[in-house]
Amino acid sequence: MTALLSFAMAFAFACVILAMIFCTVRLLIGPNAQDRVLALDTLWMCAMLLSLVQGIRFGSQVYFEAAILIILIGFVSTVALAKFLIRGEIIE
Amino acid sequence: MSGVEELPAWIALTVSVLLILGGVVIVTGALGLMRLPNFYQRIHGPAITITLGAGCVLIASMIYFSVLQSRPVIHEILISAFILLTAPVVAMLIMRAAVYRDLRGGKSTSGVSSGDVYTTSDKD
Repeated sequence: MTALLSFAMAFAFACVILAMIFCTVRLLIGPNAQDRVLALDTLWMCAMLLSLVQGIRFGSQVYFEAAILIILIGFVSTVALAKFLIRGEIIE
Repeated sequence: MSGVEELPAWIALTVSVLLILGGVVIVTGALGLMRLPNFYQRIHGPAITITLGAGCVLIASMIYFSVLQSRPVIHEILISAFILLTAPVVAMLIMRAAVYRDLRGGKSTSGVSSGDVYTTSDKD
């Protein structure tokens, strides 16, 4: 069972890394600005999941605080970018 | 890898299944973001990653740390609640930005504005 658990942790880590690579490809080739903002939002989410998976892998609770910080900053930055796309300015 | 050895077998099995399912779902959502042809189809891809993938990983983390520390560790509920609150808001904001930009750019035949559901001013 320990081997299965280690394999599952490594598999989840590799999957999140692969998802981040896909998001980076969309971020680079995205034809419009909204595609890039969507890819950036998904990249924030994948970074949060990467932090959680690493927390499970190393059995440490420190990664949880990092995940909360990452998702908070990701939400604020995505809202600011979407507002900028709608209005052309962030604070009116 | 501290303390993996003293986990019961069915807890290790549950955590492994949740982690593998979460990984597959996360990769599927990101693949949809990369492969789908239209923006309004692409925005559906990360929704899977945000809800089901993050849910699986968060539940796996909750079970793993609860068993590892022999006490209920449920502060991943904070992240779950925040994701469930903010994911629709972010999706609506990006969608509105895309609709505004498409309408302003006069692309009346792309995505949600196809089929004369939304008409632009220069078409009237």
